[in-house]
Amino acid sequence: MRVVAAMSGGVDSAVAAARMVDAGHEVVGVHLALSRSAPTLRESARGCCTLEDAGDARRVADRLGIPFYVWDFADRFAEEVVEDFVAEYAAGRTPNPCLRCNERIKFAALLDRAWALGFDAVATGHYARIVERADGGRELHRAADAAKDQSYVLGVLDAEQLGGALFPLGGSVKAQVRAEAADRGFSVAAKPDSHDVCFIPDGDTRAFLAERLGERAGEIVDPSGEVVGEHRGSYGFTVGQRRGLGLDRSAQDGTPRYVLQVDAAANRVVVGTEDLLGVDEITGVEPRWCGEAPAGPTALGAQVRAHGEEVPATAYPTRDGGLVVRLARTVRGVAPGQGVVLYDGTRVVGSATIAAATRTR
Amino acid sequence: MLPEAIAVFCETAATVGNPSSVHTSGRAARAVVEESRERIAEALGARPSEVIFTSGGTEANNLAVKGTYAARRAADPRRTRIIASGFEHHAVLDPIEHLVGTEGAAVTWLEPDRDGHIHPEDLIVAIEADDSDVALVSVMWANNEVGTVQPVAELAALAHEHAIPFHTDAVQAMPTLPVDFASSGADLLTLTGHKIGGPVGIGVLLARRGLSLVPLVHGGGQERQIRSGTLDAAAIAALAVAVERTARHRDLEARRVAVLRDRLIEGALGLGLGIAVTGTWRPGDITRRVAGNVHLTVPGCEGDSLLYLLDAAGVECSTGSACQAGVPQPSHVLLAMGYPEAQARGALRLTLGHTTTAEDVDAAVAALPGVIERARRASGAGRTGRRARVAASLGGAAPLHPTGSDARASRSA
Repeated sequence: MRVVAAMSGGVDSAVAAARMVDAGHEVVGVHLALSRSAPTLRESARGCCTLEDAGDARRVADRLGIPFYVWDFADRFAEEVVEDFVAEYAAGRTPNPCLRCNERIKFAALLDRAWALGFDAVATGHYARIVERADGGRELHRAADAAKDQSYVLGVLDAEQLGGALFPLGGSVKAQVRAEAADRGFSVAAKPDSHDVCFIPDGDTRAFLAERLGERAGEIVDPSGEVVGEHRGSYGFTVGQRRGLGLDRSAQDGTPRYVLQVDAAANRVVVGTEDLLGVDEITGVEPRWCGEAPAGPTALGAQVRAHGEEVPATAYPTRDGGLVVRLARTVRGVAPGQGVVLYDGTRVVGSATIAAATRTR
Repeated sequence: MLPEAIAVFCETAATVGNPSSVHTSGRAARAVVEESRERIAEALGARPSEVIFTSGGTEANNLAVKGTYAARRAADPRRTRIIASGFEHHAVLDPIEHLVGTEGAAVTWLEPDRDGHIHPEDLIVAIEADDSDVALVSVMWANNEVGTVQPVAELAALAHEHAIPFHTDAVQAMPTLPVDFASSGADLLTLTGHKIGGPVGIGVLLARRGLSLVPLVHGGGQERQIRSGTLDAAAIAALAVAVERTARHRDLEARRVAVLRDRLIEGALGLGLGIAVTGTWRPGDITRRVAGNVHLTVPGCEGDSLLYLLDAAGVECSTGSACQAGVPQPSHVLLAMGYPEAQARGALRLTLGHTTTAEDVDAAVAALPGVIERARRASGAGRTGRRARVAASLGGAAPLHPTGSDARASRSA
């Protein structure tokens, strides 16, 4: 096969590319330039476009003896991931930009270009497995390394996108991958993992949003509607958040308060005690199914955030093409805007964007 | 690198010492350096004392711009303005920008016309705005991207009417044009080794005697106190070989390569794919466009895609310039020539040299239709493809967030 190896400059995508070469594929390394600003040399290792990352990726490609290109997706990334991220927060939701990037950049813009240029697939360093069924269909499964499993952020891929994806690390654990990188003599073998949001280099999401959305002072209220504090922008809050509320706790009864709801339309943040945080019913919109959509209620597992626990659930496809997921037990801190990904065993069945989460009992 | 240059390089590196030393091997090295200096000067119409060895074209350009600016301003503090063409190589542009940013310099850019030429009238206007504040005029001999040749002698003469020093970056001109320092009238002229079959890492700034330059690099006082640092005798000896050979053969070579250039351009234009040639081009002419340069715009294609597809088809080319991380940028040269950004992104530069054959040219022309068809499909996929539409409809999805009262009501239910 002719394969584009998406190379971020990190250890995972380096080993993924190497394994594609070993497997006998015709491999071309591609680094995605995602940052609109001029590349800067930063010290920390992140998954975005720094000079250092591009250079690291190029070094690996040179070592593998494969062609290497930098493809500029900065405009698409700004439009579809960064602007979406800001708009979602502005609307009171908590987006997952990695999930968006997989859905709209890596397995859309990049995959489409690769296909158009005559490639068969895009290989990445994600920890997830693709299993080919006897009928030729493809299934997405959790990775062998449960701690690194990234099937959640890939749960948005539809069957066609999966058809063009390759995840050569799905059967490995991270320690093996690092050891293999060292054995192969890759300079990135000991490079720290990327984390946080790649386009917010200092990790200060609230400041990043404030710069773009401006200060929008409003009230913090308790579930009865009583004003208990003030905020400078509801976008700085996420359901389940406890820190940084700026509330005078001693004025209350001393129990910690959590964000229960971010009501962007009213520019209001609702806080309450931990017991009010639990939900057991999730409404999802724009569901995507990896294969056939379930015809009726189906017993599945549901994961509502990256690295979150899987909870037994029943999924009810709705008549209007939406999805309701009833959880077997209450779960805390389910934020609208995140994805709900449904599993059958290790297999990803589908996903949806969380529109609302409520308690029914 | 030319085989003769490699042979001389190896032989010299194996035998000689530090040319600044007085012992025997030092004297041997000095003899090599000074003999090479004389040969290079002879081949370039310069005097030996006008040859300043540098680490390459970038350093030579930096020395010419910054060194002249500092010297001229020291002599008269009013002289802080630099006049330069807007499509210089970055090794000239960036030192100027640096002086503007840190040393209080002002700059007047001479913009090229759509065909890639600087007009002497524009220089007259720029100088006559106030001829007392000009530190330097710098205009390249031939443009590095589109290969257009500038009227250097005429521009130098105009600068001299106002006693303003004139610098020209002749890196791209040297391989095919009759570069002669004395007859060019330039006060400063930049050359580099690797564009003419010499080593990488060695270059020359020709600087007219009597012209004052403030050094960038201080130390042992080599090169007329202007450029300190131990000289690389082996590289200098190899450079002399390359300069002499180029000067001897370039006229014939230019005629040969121009035939291939014209064959490639005519072949590409004849495909009827909307391809256009960038910059002046007349078949057979090598005085207004250098012989080895083919520069085309291909509508509807991303440079990224063209580069990959041509590379895969065995045709090595470039698409303008790339930033350090390798991100293709719209060429500043084409933007200066007045091309819109979209067109500048689909530009294609093919350089022909002494190893290029008619078969290579025909293979490149034959590869173009398939490559362009693919690249256009890829650029369509990137903008209006199925997934782009899916994403757009998702982005505009109905409001996800329930009203506050609903959420609270169901929570307390």
